[in-house]
Amino acid sequence: MKKEVPLRVTVALIPLAMALCALGVYRGEVAIVLNKAINICLECIGLG
Amino acid sequence: MDKRKLVQAGWGILTNAYVKGFLPGAPVLYQGPLKQFCVPGLNCYSCPGALGSCPIGSMQAVFDARERGIAAYVIGYLATIGLFVGRFICGWLCVFGLIQELLYKIPTPKLEIPQKIDQPLRYLKYAILLVLVFALPFFYRSQFGAGEPFFCKYVCPVGTLEGGIPLVLLDSTLRSVLGWLFRWKFFLLVLCILSSIFVYRPFCKFLCPLGAFYGLFQKISLIRMRVDKGKCVGCGHCAAACKMKVDPCHNPNSNECIRCRECVKACPVHALSMGIGNKEMKREQEIAEKEIIV
Repeated sequence: MKKEVPLRVTVALIPLAMALCALGVYRGEVAIVLNKAINICLECIGLG
Repeated sequence: MDKRKLVQAGWGILTNAYVKGFLPGAPVLYQGPLKQFCVPGLNCYSCPGALGSCPIGSMQAVFDARERGIAAYVIGYLATIGLFVGRFICGWLCVFGLIQELLYKIPTPKLEIPQKIDQPLRYLKYAILLVLVFALPFFYRSQFGAGEPFFCKYVCPVGTLEGGIPLVLLDSTLRSVLGWLFRWKFFLLVLCILSSIFVYRPFCKFLCPLGAFYGLFQKISLIRMRVDKGKCVGCGHCAAACKMKVDPCHNPNSNECIRCRECVKACPVHALSMGIGNKEMKREQEIAEKEIIV
């Protein structure tokens, strides 16, 4: 079995991932997601 | 019904509980604030009952808005989940996963895909993630400057099952504009459903880009599978119990493991456990030790 990734690497990466998420929120990506999600996505249902 | 199936079903109902969307007449999707958030599993946001957004669809929607660059919100969100639990979501909180598992319960002879075919096919989901979810929605623009959610449009059977079919049944206007694309996606859905009867979770094994994404975090996630080498007798019961065809004894944190814990249950000497990092779950170990003593 290969040597396992130490837990501290994971613990260090979690805030980075959260920061990336926060950056997206700051840049207004939530509005894009909401706008897409509240309307019928014709492509998703096979009509687009 | 086991605990995991109850969690899967409960989660599916909870995240698709907008009953008003299923009422006859022109369907109205839920438009409240919860739709700002993505559910962790694959769940079409055009499902009439959906209360949250689909992470894969949302990612493509943000890529589509070219000036935004990377889809930081969704990628960061999925990476956070992946770093905490890896593919646990696939095993416990995915509605389409549950549907495939229930189909597999239909008593028929099951198909054993030869390893020579199975192993290369497992990489297909990574290609789908890279090409249909990341690259094409990011780079492609039509002559009118519009992008496309390639995975949702050409592949996703979940969209057809949860969104397409209910909406088409509810709305005669939508029924009147059905074309080749709907037929193609319907064909893919039927293929997925039929193959799920004979092969365990074929969509998850070979096609799901979300499973591919979470799989990248399996070896570094906070929650990991553990093998106590001191207890393991190499009987192979765990590998035999794993329907995702993982050998937990040799590769406990394989990208293919959906953390369903069937291997933990199957181990006769309780050498397997799921825990945080390098620490084994104390409670599980204590129970196991007591059982061995008895």
